[in-house]
Amino acid sequence: MPSSIRFFHFASPARFYALATRWSPALWVLAAVLAAAALYIGFFVAPTDATQGDAYRIIFIHVPAAWMSMVLYLAMALWAAIGWALNARLASMFARAIAPTGAMFTFLALWTGALWGRPTWGTWWVWDARLTSELILLFLYLGYLALVDAIDDTRRADRAGALLAVVGSVNVPIIYFSVKWWNTLHQGASITLSSAPTMAQSMLIAMLLMTLAFWAYAFAVVFKRTQAIVAERERHAQWLTTTRKLETA
Amino acid sequence: MTWASASDFFAMGGYAVYVWGAYGVTAACMLIDPILAARRHRQALRDMDDEFEADDDLDATAGVLS
Repeated sequence: MPSSIRFFHFASPARFYALATRWSPALWVLAAVLAAAALYIGFFVAPTDATQGDAYRIIFIHVPAAWMSMVLYLAMALWAAIGWALNARLASMFARAIAPTGAMFTFLALWTGALWGRPTWGTWWVWDARLTSELILLFLYLGYLALVDAIDDTRRADRAGALLAVVGSVNVPIIYFSVKWWNTLHQGASITLSSAPTMAQSMLIAMLLMTLAFWAYAFAVVFKRTQAIVAERERHAQWLTTTRKLETA
Repeated sequence: MTWASASDFFAMGGYAVYVWGAYGVTAACMLIDPILAARRHRQALRDMDDEFEADDDLDATAGVLS
């Protein structure tokens, strides 16, 4: 049988490095165009909300940031686990590269949530299930970053980080379902697969476009940071030194 | 059009502090993150270049000694 399984084709840091260089400009352009479209629709097409006034416009970044915070955590835990289980170097590097951007989106979900909660709920913060579990997510990211940073042996740090990331991933469904499982101040899911959206179409489109923009952005930043990590860890590898010498020659 | 004027737009129906506070911090964070990643990449490549030079120096020294 010919080797039809090419899973590991891009698992080589060398191939990834070249691929990231080639695709990054397109990802940045995509992120910028999508974000511009989302901002235009969000601020100039979507109407003022009947009950929340214009404060609701925070939704166009709050919900995408909150989604990214959870998606990136799961991606980080998955890559960390693959890096641990299969001893795949690049997978562990992905996990490390995702963490800072995931932490940033978690912070932004909390920050924009506070600035939205103040005018609509009358408070910046409540210790309810949704907000508290999202705060725990931020601590998980920061704990992961501190842990891998504190261990000098790179691969040992990867494994310790993987354990933390995998155990911590229990928190993600808790965040997602918290508005169903507990009575909270936070409203329910904005969009579910089982029911029609409850918001105006222009609002929905702006939010989805911003979500796609954040996805493209996350890929672009994570690719960049992974390249940095590859350059740090594989600086003695011949493929990289040859590439670099050709670049700087 | 939702807004009567530019100042009407910036006033955000009285919620300017909240809306622009949310968008401003988001924009700032999303600018800083890729800048830091790019800087880290450049630094890693520069460290690599320093090692090349150190290797070249070592080679040169070895050449003189032999």
